[in-house]
Amino acid sequence: MDSESLEAPWMAARPTVRSTVPRRRNVGDRVFRLLTASFGLTLLLVVASIFLVLCYQSRDAVRTFRWAFLTTSVWDPVAREFGALPLIYGTIVSSLLALAQAIPLSVGTALFLSELAPSWVRAPVSFLVELLATIPSVVYGLWGIFVLVPWMRSYIGPALSGTLGFLPMFSGPNYGVGMLTASMILAVMIVPYITSVAHEVFQAVPAAQREAALALGATRWEMIRLAVLPYGRTGVIGAVMLGLGRAIGETMAVTMVIGNRADVSLSVFAPASTMASVIANEFTEATYDLYLQALVEVGLVLLVVTVVVNVLARLLVWRVAAPAGGGH
Amino acid sequence: MTSTTRTKLEVRQLDAWFGTTQALHDIGLAIPERAATAIIGPSGCGKSTLIRCLNRMHEIVPGARVSGQVLLDGEDIYRPGVDPVQVRARVGMVFQRPNPFPTMSIYDNAAAGLLLSGGRRSRADLDAAVEHSLRQAALWDEVEDSLDASGVSISGGQQQRLCIARALAVEPEVILMDEPCSALDPIATTKIEALIHELKAQYTIVIVTHSMQQAARVSDYTVFMYLGKLIEFGSTERLFTTPQKKETEDYITGRFG
Ligand SMILES: Nc1ncnc2c1ncn2[C@@H]1O[C@H](COP(=O)(O)OP(=O)(O)OP(=O)(O)O)[C@@H](O)[C@H]1O
Ligand SMILES: [Mg+2]
Repeated sequence: MDSESLEAPWMAARPTVRSTVPRRRNVGDRVFRLLTASFGLTLLLVVASIFLVLCYQSRDAVRTFRWAFLTTSVWDPVAREFGALPLIYGTIVSSLLALAQAIPLSVGTALFLSELAPSWVRAPVSFLVELLATIPSVVYGLWGIFVLVPWMRSYIGPALSGTLGFLPMFSGPNYGVGMLTASMILAVMIVPYITSVAHEVFQAVPAAQREAALALGATRWEMIRLAVLPYGRTGVIGAVMLGLGRAIGETMAVTMVIGNRADVSLSVFAPASTMASVIANEFTEATYDLYLQALVEVGLVLLVVTVVVNVLARLLVWRVAAPAGGGH
Repeated sequence: MTSTTRTKLEVRQLDAWFGTTQALHDIGLAIPERAATAIIGPSGCGKSTLIRCLNRMHEIVPGARVSGQVLLDGEDIYRPGVDPVQVRARVGMVFQRPNPFPTMSIYDNAAAGLLLSGGRRSRADLDAAVEHSLRQAALWDEVEDSLDASGVSISGGQQQRLCIARALAVEPEVILMDEPCSALDPIATTKIEALIHELKAQYTIVIVTHSMQQAARVSDYTVFMYLGKLIEFGSTERLFTTPQKKETEDYITGRFG
């Protein structure tokens, strides 16, 4: 079902996790085992070396700023002040806003595909959804600049501030670029990931569970509520975390529409920055060593956050892939 | 059949298909009310298909289709305009393998059907209904103190009785059971059989079984099927002592094949 690009990030961890290789030994098996084990090990080494290099290249920044790096909110390279809080805030808020938009869309699409769509609709729709995952980030960024930003400036923004403007979230000047615009692009980008994993999860719900609900006199929707959603809950959470992992690290499209201002603002219309966008934007302009090191330290924080989110996501999806019981 | 028994379900000229393969051929059968009717026959003869036609579960398999009539209290459940959801609420089903909802507690499993279709009930009402159905399924004494435990934390036999309780809670008129004991050990089987004895005073029961001993123990009437056709139908005692068809005799004497 998945395209290669969807599988790739999770494949990395598999060879090292799988330890129950059949007992029967022969030369072919042994060579194969050695080969896969060494590939797995290589990947592990790559990840470890990335981590070590980031640590090494940011050592002076870490020593200079200590924990203040994560807790202060002035990011001013001219004044040699580096507080990454606005970037962390930007990453978290843009990702969460993206999830808020992507979850209903993805789960709805996945339910449609697995429960409602006739088979001649299912294949083309899931193909189109997966196609979304293959569009390069920078193309999304261009679409954002030429389509989404003007829309935001003239329609979406005014509509939101007109109706919900009393909330600090939806007040303040609207330039078109900003946190909300970035989160909308992110949402479109992570929908295919969440949808395809959630679709798989729903398809894995045993027929016995669906029939149990139907035999009680459940309608189709009640069957979904009673059997499909609860059974798939953990897997869907895992799918959402995978999407989150992607949203956190997404760089190009976000950089193009977020406005790139390292401020903490309550308004979703305000320009902002994320960890990834700051690195992309400022790396070539880092004119002195401490600046460069601070950017590398941002990368380190980003790596740690992304790895933690992805590992949690994988664990959740795996737990569903091997369900405990309750059907065949 | 004696003249005092009323027919609950009447099957007329029923054919059923999976895609282009026909699994049932011209089945005709009158299932009496408040009695247990067993369906026996060799593997693949269409027992499950027949029982699933009785509450419109057959049609949920992609490509599956039915023609003919099944009259529930004289009304055809396949008449256009009949809502299968309503039929299934009146004709409950217990499956071969216990299938409680794994993320729900024992209590919620028993209450699952009651909360469907806007069934707004007070907590006290629900408590009473859950207790009643668990008692009917002879499970109450074993789970009374662990109603909040997961529906899959109990033994297979207990899970199957929980599934029976879940089906009973919606107060169906007919209960269909497709080999309800085949995944269970002898002790659990004995309990379920005793339960069927209790239940048939109130409900119409149709049970598919691979075990002729079980059919003889629990049922009042027996249907023998072979290759998608109904070969013989009659009181269990008569069918096992004086079978009228050669196939039936061969099957019950184990000379089949
Ligand atoms: N989902 C399906 N798709 C296609 N054919 C099916 C399907 N289910 C059953 N059949 C076919 O229909 C026929 C009747 O099957 P059915 O399951 O009703 O038999 P059964 O008497 O219940 O057998 P068993 O005792 O093994 O459970 C068989 O020939 C089987 O191959
Ligand atoms: Mg069967």
